Amino acid sequence: MKQHIIPALRLTLVCLLFFCGLYTLLILGIAQASPGKGEGETILANGKVVGYALEGQNFSNDQYFWSRPSAVSYNAAGSGGSNKGPANPDYLKDVTSRIDSFLVHNKSVSKNDIPSELVTASGSGLDPDISRKAAYVQIARIAKLRGMTEDALKVIVDQHIDHPLLGFLGTEKINVLKLNIDLDKTTLK
Amino acid sequence: MNTEIIGVIVMFLATVLLAIPLGRYMSKVYEGQKTWLDPVLAPIDKLFFKAGGIHPEKEMNWKQHLLALLTINFVWALFSMFVLMNMGWLPLNPDGNPSMSADLAFNTTISFISNTNIQHYSGETAVSYLGQLVLMLFQFISAAAGIAACIVVFIAMKERTTEKLGNFYNYFIKTCTRVLLPLSVVVAVILLFNGMPMTFKGKDHFISVQGDTVQVSRGPVAAMIAIKQLGTNGGGFFGANSAQPMENPNYFTNMVENVSIILIPITLVFTLGNMLKRKRLSWVIFGVMTVGFLIYVIPSIYLEMKGNPSIGHLGISQPLGNMEGKEVRFGPAASAYWGITTTVTSNGSVNSMHDSFTPVTGMFTMLGMMVNNFYGGVGVGFLNFYIYIIIAVFISGLMVGRTPELLGKKIEAKEMKIATIVALLHTFLILSFTALAAHLFANNPTAYAAWLNNPGSHGFSEMLYEYSSASANNGSEFAGLSANTPFWNITDGLVMLLSRYLPIIGPLAIAGILAKKKFVPESAGTLKTDTGTFGIMVFAVIAIIAALSFFPALTLGPIAEFFASK
Repeated sequence: MKQHIIPALRLTLVCLLFFCGLYTLLILGIAQASPGKGEGETILANGKVVGYALEGQNFSNDQYFWSRPSAVSYNAAGSGGSNKGPANPDYLKDVTSRIDSFLVHNKSVSKNDIPSELVTASGSGLDPDISRKAAYVQIARIAKLRGMTEDALKVIVDQHIDHPLLGFLGTEKINVLKLNIDLDKTTLK
Repeated sequence: MNTEIIGVIVMFLATVLLAIPLGRYMSKVYEGQKTWLDPVLAPIDKLFFKAGGIHPEKEMNWKQHLLALLTINFVWALFSMFVLMNMGWLPLNPDGNPSMSADLAFNTTISFISNTNIQHYSGETAVSYLGQLVLMLFQFISAAAGIAACIVVFIAMKERTTEKLGNFYNYFIKTCTRVLLPLSVVVAVILLFNGMPMTFKGKDHFISVQGDTVQVSRGPVAAMIAIKQLGTNGGGFFGANSAQPMENPNYFTNMVENVSIILIPITLVFTLGNMLKRKRLSWVIFGVMTVGFLIYVIPSIYLEMKGNPSIGHLGISQPLGNMEGKEVRFGPAASAYWGITTTVTSNGSVNSMHDSFTPVTGMFTMLGMMVNNFYGGVGVGFLNFYIYIIIAVFISGLMVGRTPELLGKKIEAKEMKIATIVALLHTFLILSFTALAAHLFANNPTAYAAWLNNPGSHGFSEMLYEYSSASANNGSEFAGLSANTPFWNITDGLVMLLSRYLPIIGPLAIAGILAKKKFVPESAGTLKTDTGTFGIMVFAVIAIIAALSFFPALTLGPIAEFFASK
């Protein structure tokens, strides 16, 4: 043990200086050239920061496309999921009440058109996206409240679809924050 | 074909295609041959050797290797306890996060030096930036220690008779500088340019479109996430780990991170073949591991894409699949694939919440940790597999009436005893501690009600998962379990401690003892280890010892839940 303790101490110190120091500074330096300079990219609307590009935020107002339910109320300083088991009775009650509330706010929608992601909580509680179906199912409600035709609104939604990576990898999605900012812009015109 | 499925297939193929050349590169590194990165990395090696006072040419026997490894780990443990219990007043703490309590610091220390990365805390509110950087340091060096131990076993498996197995510090340092450092820089840069933060500024706040004031946690994330994935560590910067958009911004970063999870575990299998000049053996081992992996991953992807039957009964549609605990940008296929890769490799990072997987997927993630050697953690995954090779050689030898031999070395009672103890230790730790926790809970459900987030068999699964994760040095959780209590912190810590070091000591001892034995050249009577038949034998031994011993416990948890929810 004696012959190993000195190298162990010295080596730990070298590793500490190298990885917590040099390596970290190197990555920090490269970050200055990246979008947002490593501080997180923000999104502006009317010249003000209204959010971070990556983080989802709460949209529950009927005039906006709703984001997904969040187990942490979209607290971007405390992420997390519900961690509810798939057959937990309390959990199924929560989902049922979200379905009922969705149907109250979207009178023209029938129950089997609601995609599950709109009534289930995401893993991070900060999911920035919804699927195409989840956006379409909200069009009737928003078009009516904003005095637009459903077709005009669908055009806006379609512009915001992020296709799978390179066209063939992964999911299709819509960033709710960007869609809603665009929606505000269009309606104000 | 479905774009989600194609994404998963591309991830797996990309990993194997990267692992083959990387395996060649790593064997050159450990054998001291020239590589094209020498001009950049050789000076860094020298710096480490000089500043650390290391003489890389001084050879050690297996006992000296072990002593070096255990001593340095002991130093790390003391250092970690000090930082975690004092970071509240130490520098780099812009958010004013507190120091840890002694039991949480104990759990976190063992968790990070043992390459487990179970986290009974949320990074946003419980660790300062200094704390995060020190934990990142352990992600490098605990991974390097595991790989170094694995390399010692590779060297010992060579066809010769010797006690000299190279220098531990040499393998350790070269793993840090020649393997983990360059790969981490590459991955971190990719992550940075996809929007991952890397800053020492504290929380920001903004007013959202709907008028809510929102706080946003940031930090030196990118530097940590690269090594978190590459070193099968898994300890995240944020509470939601790689589900958090800042820790995994988009589908591309998800692919890069997921490839990083299984890259080095697969690479080491090919490194073995290159170092022993037995490529067929590599392919047999890779084949056995891959068959096991596919048995888990295919049904898991299918079930998560199919959706949760209980949600289906509520009358809504599930076009994506089971979306509770999952992110839209990854979708169920990539989430299930990650769930299996992270549990078979002892990584333990998550991009979706495992607690909300459908029951059978949850079972496969647990089986991944219970078997713990289908690829396995960096270095230690192969060491676990090596134990099963020893057992399989012994049993096959008995079956055909030949002296059990592995690569020209006789396997005798002593080696078999060590192998059996190590193989059974994992089962013993998981089952006995789960039994203890379940006993406490069952006797007094009101006193321990706060432990579990879900009732019935799923609650049992939360406890079984926790100890499986601790004993596999995995680090993922059925996170509904409220584990930041002295009971869980301390028992988990003990399980991680035993299951890290004994499964390193055992294989090192066996390999060291075998290396010293007389080399018997192959003859017609030798049992060949690089054949499909032997592969099937190893697979059968693993299935019987590792998987079936957990069957009763799994019946009480996910299997009961599956049949109840129909």
